[in-house]
Amino acid sequence: MGESIVITSGKGGVGKTTTTANIGTALALMGQKVCLIDTDIGLRNLDVVLGLENRIIFNIIDVIEGRCKLQSALVKDKRFECLHLLPAAQTSDKNEVSPEAIAELVEELKPDYDYILIDCPAGIEQGYKNAVAGADKAIVISTPEKSSIRDADRIIGLLEQEELKNSPFLIINRIRKHMVDSGDMLSVDEIVSTLSIELLGIILDDEDVIRSSHHGVPVAFQPDTKASISYRNIARRILGESVPLMSLDEEKGFMTKVKKLLGMK
Amino acid sequence: MGCTDMAEWNHYVTMKGTNNGIVVYLDDQCSFERVLDELKNKLQSNNSSGATEITIHSQYRFLSEDQRQLLFNLIDDYSDLTVKDIESYVITREDAYELYENTTVKTVMKTIRSGQVHEVKGDALIIGDINPGGTVLATGNIFVLGKLRGIAHAGVEGDENCIVAASYMHPNQIRIASKISRAPDYDVEGSPREFAFINSSTEQIELEQLQHIQKLRPKLLDVFERGL
Repeated sequence: MGESIVITSGKGGVGKTTTTANIGTALALMGQKVCLIDTDIGLRNLDVVLGLENRIIFNIIDVIEGRCKLQSALVKDKRFECLHLLPAAQTSDKNEVSPEAIAELVEELKPDYDYILIDCPAGIEQGYKNAVAGADKAIVISTPEKSSIRDADRIIGLLEQEELKNSPFLIINRIRKHMVDSGDMLSVDEIVSTLSIELLGIILDDEDVIRSSHHGVPVAFQPDTKASISYRNIARRILGESVPLMSLDEEKGFMTKVKKLLGMK
Repeated sequence: MGCTDMAEWNHYVTMKGTNNGIVVYLDDQCSFERVLDELKNKLQSNNSSGATEITIHSQYRFLSEDQRQLLFNLIDDYSDLTVKDIESYVITREDAYELYENTTVKTVMKTIRSGQVHEVKGDALIIGDINPGGTVLATGNIFVLGKLRGIAHAGVEGDENCIVAASYMHPNQIRIASKISRAPDYDVEGSPREFAFINSSTEQIELEQLQHIQKLRPKLLDVFERGL
C-alpha cells in the first residue's frame, strides 16, 4: 500500500511542479514505484517538465468522468518503468472536479505504487482542496522570500485543519548563498523558526534546474549538480534515511586553499 | 396600607453611612411590594433636601430589570436622591458565567499562522508564536509565550487597561481597545520580554520592559476590577 504526498506552497512559481518531478524521479531512481498526479487542471505543466507532453492520450478528467480506465490514462516515463504520470486536463477547469473524486482516485492508485506525489496548483481555492483531499502527507515548498513564507505559513495553517497523518514537511527552494550572507535573504534557520515545521530539505538556486526543465529531463538525473544531490537527499529522507543537510558553503578548491595560505583571500 | 408604626419600616429599609456614601439596605426576606411601600414612606417622611447620591443594596434578593426600574422610578418621584448603583450579594447564572468567561485565562498551545484568527473572551495565553498575518483577539489581556510577529488586539470590547505582553515583541500591529499602533516602515529588530499598554497621559500605545508591569498595571490580575 503506497503513501500519497501532496506538494503545495500557496504561492505560485516557487517550484512545486519542478520539485514534484524531481522528487518523483529521485524516488524512481531508488527503485520505488512512483505515480505523479498533476491536479493543476487547466494549467498543466508537470508533463512538460518531465518531457512527456507528446505521450498524453487521456487525462484525469477523462478518468473521473468515466471516459477511460485509470490504467489507460497513466503515462509511462520514457526513462523508467516504475515512474508514471496521471496528467491534468488542459481544457477543463478546477471546479469541474470534486475533492471526493480525487481522493477516490488516489485510493485506487495506492495498492499499485509505493509513492503517489500530487502536484498542487497555486492558491487556496478549489484546486488546492482537490489536491489535498487524497493526501496522507504534505510537503510545503517555500523560497526564502517573505511573500512566499507568508503564503507557506497560511497553507500550513490550512493543512493543520486537514486530517493528515503527519504535520507538513518543509522544503526551502532557490536559496542563494551570497544573498543570505549579505543579509538580503532569510536564512534557513530563520525560515524554519518562523514556520516551525520539520525541514525535509533545502535546494540551492541552480541554473541547471531551469536548463533541465527546458529540455524535459528532471535535474535529479544528473549525477553531481548541487540541486540534483539535494533532490536525491530529499528522496532518501522520504524513504526514512537520515541524511544531513547539505552545506551551503562552496567547496574549497586547491587554488582557494593556496590563495588563503598566501593571504590573498 | 397600615404602615403607621415607624419601627416597622425601619425593619425593612435601613440606611447606613459608609466610606462610599449612603447605602440603603433592603430586606431580602419580605415581599418586594413591602420594600417599595416602606421605601416610599421613608422618602416621603425624609425632609432633608439636596441631591445626594445613594447606593442601594438588595442583599440576597435578586432584582429583575422591572424591579430595578420600579426602584429608580420611586426614588425619582419622591426625592432628589440619585442612585449611584444597585448592589447585591447575588447574580444570575448567566452573569456569573459571563464574569467567569471574561476573567479567566484561555490557554492555547499552537502557532497562530498567517490568515488565522484566534478569538477569546477573557485573557489569551498563547504558548507558541503568532506569525506575521496571524491575529489574536481577546476581551482581556494577551500574553504570548513565544514570538509576537502578527497582530494582537487586547480589550476588543473597549477595556483600555488591557495589555499585550510577549517573550519576543516584533508585531505587525498592536491594538488595545480602540487604539492602534503599528511597526515603523523601516526594518526593526524585535525585542525580548516587552509589553504594550495605553499610556493614560499620552493616550497612545507604548512599549515597556516587562519588569515594569507591576508599576504600570498593579491591578492587572484583579478580576473584580474588570468583571462584567
